[in-house]
Order: sequence, then structure tokens, then C-alpha cells
Amino acid sequence: MESFIQLLISGLATGAIYALIAVGFSLLWQTSQTINFAQGEFVMLPAFFILAAMNAGAPFWLAALIGIALSVVVLGLLFKVVIVDPMLKHGVLPLVISTIALSLFLKEAAKDFYSSQAQPFPTLVPATDLDVFGAVVSTQSLAVLVVAIATVVALHLLLHKTRLGRSMQATAQNPTLARILGIPVERMVLYTFLLNGVLVAIASILITPIYLAKFTNGEVLGMAAFLAAIIGGFNQVRGAILGGIILGVLDNLSAVYISSQYRGAFPLLILIAVILLRPHGLLGRAEERTV
Amino acid sequence: MARSGLLASVIAAGFGLASPVLAQPTVSIPAILELSGAGAVSGTNFRDGMLMAVEEINAKGGILGRKINNQLLDTQSDASISRAQVQKVLDNDPHVILGPVFSGSVLVSMLLTQQAQIPQIVGGEAAAITQKAHPSIFRTSFGQQFSMPKIANYIRDGIKAKSVAVLWVNNDFGKGGRDNFNKEMAARNIKVVADVSTESGQADFSADVVKIKAANADAIFVYTNEEESARFLREARKQGIRAPLIGETTLLGQKVIELAGEAANGVRGHVGLTVDAPIPAVKEFAERFRKRFNYVCDHNGIKGYTAVYFIKHVTEKVGKFDSKAFAAAAHGITISPNQEPNILMEASWDKNGDIDRDSFLGEVVNGQQKIVEILPKLGK
Repeated sequence: MESFIQLLISGLATGAIYALIAVGFSLLWQTSQTINFAQGEFVMLPAFFILAAMNAGAPFWLAALIGIALSVVVLGLLFKVVIVDPMLKHGVLPLVISTIALSLFLKEAAKDFYSSQAQPFPTLVPATDLDVFGAVVSTQSLAVLVVAIATVVALHLLLHKTRLGRSMQATAQNPTLARILGIPVERMVLYTFLLNGVLVAIASILITPIYLAKFTNGEVLGMAAFLAAIIGGFNQVRGAILGGIILGVLDNLSAVYISSQYRGAFPLLILIAVILLRPHGLLGRAEERTV
Repeated sequence: MARSGLLASVIAAGFGLASPVLAQPTVSIPAILELSGAGAVSGTNFRDGMLMAVEEINAKGGILGRKINNQLLDTQSDASISRAQVQKVLDNDPHVILGPVFSGSVLVSMLLTQQAQIPQIVGGEAAAITQKAHPSIFRTSFGQQFSMPKIANYIRDGIKAKSVAVLWVNNDFGKGGRDNFNKEMAARNIKVVADVSTESGQADFSADVVKIKAANADAIFVYTNEEESARFLREARKQGIRAPLIGETTLLGQKVIELAGEAANGVRGHVGLTVDAPIPAVKEFAERFRKRFNYVCDHNGIKGYTAVYFIKHVTEKVGKFDSKAFAAAAHGITISPNQEPNILMEASWDKNGDIDRDSFLGEVVNGQQKIVEILPKLGK
């Protein structure tokens, strides 16, 4: 039981981070049909922004704010203006290829301009043990879980309880109708990209103390977020959240109770099952597109 | 006449026909190393130690009057790429090849150097490397068949453990280490109560730590590469593991300590090479390395540095650039600091190319590796 609680908490913590990344994935798809294959590298990069700021003398909290701000500008604004806008008019496929190229560029740039070696990254809170129903649980795991859940809740409130959020959702669901209703569609799409910049930066701050800052981190994270978004439902934010959490918890439980050697295969098995039994994802809705 | 001679020289130089006076002949000693990917820590340390030695030797005129041409190629920590890179450098008629460091890369590339009969000085520790009848493969660090008995004795006599959990990385290095370790445990009647394999480049160790913790062993033996070791130690600290964490060289390495931070404190184990060794020549080397590259070198840096001086010493002993004669002279050789000061510690190579020298028992205290005992050469 003690092991199960520990596995569950650490799985939830990791899953919540996957969920943040998958939500960004899902948002970009819904508002602009952008399948961002550089999403994993978008999570890898803010850690290096933060480390660079710390090397320049900033304390961690300030460096984290700088990292989030740079992420919003570079991975939100510049990404939209320089890559998405010019490519999207040529269709989804050229944009997909562009994001694959971007992922390679970001990875190699982080390696060349920073280091090919992993770098230590500060944790949000010092490591202290807590007793939870007889299980030793680290304050670091709990802090990750709390921040990730708080971010998801804040996102949910933004999207469902504010005028801005409802406008963003309307843009995602039917841009033509949204425009007729007077919603500034272009601005809403831009806000989605900026929001994705914030989400990947927060995910970066949470995951990098576990993964260490390394240029290859995006490979694992991008794949996890992509799988989470498909499993949960690519066109639903709550689906991406569910997919991320399922993936995080399942990865931990399968490694201990089934096989650590085949742990990488279990998410793919679930993906296959979802595609066969519920192709639009666990919480996604069926969509028809004219091509 | 003088003007026409000068003109001829300029034209000759233009066609790459520089006169011997202008271009000193070189000797090709290429290096195939893990400069990116999972083995980047090992490969870059090895590279920097090697570069330091090459610079020093070239500044003093080279080996037998020839400067070292040290072509550097990246394996990207991928065995198939390392094989292709070795094939590439073999086409340039090298005197000796340095690297790779990862055992898996060594095992696939050494077949090529075996066919070409070119000596290969490697950083890999898998026992199998020197058991394949390669006539000219040489190690720069202990093979697992030499290091595991030392660590097993420490677990039995120093830790006094009756049971042990093993966490290893599922590549040639990790599997070879795990097999040798388990064999040594069985020979000492120490029970292996958990045997957990992990993946190279693995980022999240939470499930593995839960599994290890549930085994409730007297000691935990960790045998993974540097970055994975650091991630494991951080997770072990997070989950409050109390059993002694024991490692072999890598777990106590400088990069692991830097990455794991305070989670590395208390880690103990056997260290084949370390800049914290209480040996003046090693300390002096470590200081020069730190000044040159602005970081603290790990055991791979020492391996790269001493490997080049090993080549220099053996080549000068042979007196010519003959790869076959090099291999013959290197088998059974002992090089002491009296003969070659930059070999740092006395080292011997046996008929298989395995190395023997003093080693150390260490512990991480307050973020520093502390050597608690010097273990003599096995041959003594």
C-alpha cells in the first residue's frame, strides 16, 4: 500500500506536467490547426533561459519570471509570426514539417549555445519528507503536483469563466461564426500561442529538476504530450488533461507491477486501443472536415 | 635563380606540395568519442584530457619528432555511428585509435580495428571487451572483472551487508557490470533481493526507486551512466531511501556530484580513477585541467590524458610508427611515473590489454569526493 501511494503521487505529479504540455498542444490545434512537433523542445528551452538568467546573477524566482516572459515572446509570439502565419496558408502538412525542422533547430541550438551535457536545475522547494498514510512522500513531488493542478485549474477558469476564455473557445470551435459575432479572431489565436508559451515554461520549471536541463529532453516530453493529447482527445482541453494524467500514472504503475523493461510499450498499447475503440480519444468529440 | 626558386616554392605550396622544412610530418591518432547524446559527459571529459596531453606533447615537438594529428569524431553515443566513424578514420592509415568510451560502441567498432590490426585505446569497462582475442585493444580503466571483486569485498567487509538491491542500465556497460556483480555476490553468499534494469537516457526514476525501496535491502548497488546516476540519486533522496548507496567509479564522479547536489552526499564505493586521489601528480593534473577547461575533471578526463601518454611512451620505446610493433610492446608493459611522469600513476597492461593499477575506496561528503582507502594493484 505504501509503495502504491508513492507511485500514485509521483505518477500524478509527472502526469500533471504531461497534461500541461498536452493542453498547449491541444489549444494550438483547436485554434489554428497547428500540430506542433516542436512542443517537447518548447518545454526544454525555457529551462535554458532560466539557467542563463541565473548565470547572469538573477535569483531563481526572478530567473523563472524572465524564463516565462522569454518563453511567451520567443515560443509564443515569434513562433506564430515567423513560422505559423507564413506556413499555414500553404496547408497543415508544410506547417507540420516546419515544426519538425524547428524542433531540430532548437535542440541543436541549445546544445551549441549552452552545452551538450545535462545541467543541474533548482527545485521549487527543498527536499523534505512527509508521512502520507504511512508512505514517505517528498515535498518536491507535492509541490510539483500542487503547481501543476493550480495551473490547470487557472486555465480551466480562464477558458470557462471569463469573457476572454469564452471568446478563445468560440474561435477554436468556429472561427467564421466567431468573427461574425465580433470576436477578434486573429487576436484570440495570438493569445492561444502566448498561453502555450506560459504553459510550456511552467512545465519546464516543474519537470527539469527531475530530468535535469538537457537539450534532448524535448524528445521524451514531446512524445508523451502527443500521446496524451491523442489518448484524451486532441480537440478537448479536458481530454488532454486526462490523457496526461493517465500516461503519468500508468507509466509508474506498469514499471513496478508489470515490467520496467517494457514500460515504454504500455502507453503505445493504450494509444492503439484508443485508436481502435474510440478514435476521437477518451473525451474528444468526433469531427468531420472537408478536404 | 633565387627568385625562380622562391617562385617554385610558392607554386609548390599552392599545390599542397610544401617542402619538409615548411610542413612538419604528423602522426595520425584520431579519437572517436561520445561528444553528444547519453554519453556526452564521459566523452567530453575524455576529449578534454586527451586534448591537454596532445597540446603538451605537440608543444614539445611531438612523438619521435612528429606532431600528433588528433582528428575528433562524434559517435553521438550511438554504436552504429561509432562503427562508421572508426571505418572512416581507418581509411586514413592511423597509428593508434582512441575511443570510444561507451562499451557498446567499443564492442561493435573493435571488429574493424581487429581486422585492420590497428591498436585501439578504449574507455569502455565491459568485461567482454578484452575477452574477444583482439590482438591490440587496450583499456584506460579497469574492466568489470577487476573492479567488481573489489566492490563486492567492500560490500561484504565494509558495509557488512547480507542482502543487496541492484539497479543497472540496460546497455553493454550496465549488463556486463550487473552480471559480474551478481556473480561476485553469489560467491560471497550475499542475496540479491531486487534486480532492476533501467534504460540509457532514462529521465524519471520514481518507479524504480519505489521498487528498490520495497526490497528493503541492506545496501543498494547502482551501476548506470553519469546523468542517469544523478537522476536516480535525486529521486532516491526525494523518496527517503536510507540504505547505503554503493557505486563503482561513475556514481562518485564529479559530474554526478554536481548534477545530484546534496543528494549525492553519503554515496560510497570503489573508484578506479579520481582527481581526489591523494597523489600529488594527479592533483597537479586536476588543477591544470580545471584552469584549462574551467570545470573539475572526472575519471574519464584522466583516462583521456594518460591514454595519450601511454601511446607516446610505447611508441618511443618501439622507436618507430609501427602499429603491430606497438601492440606487441604494449602487452605486458608497466609504466611508472619515473619513466613517464604524465602517466600520473604506475599502470600495467596484461596480455589481453586489461589495465591494473592502484584504486580507491571513496565517499561523498559535503558535495566532495573523499578518498578513505587506497587499494593496491591486483598484481601486487
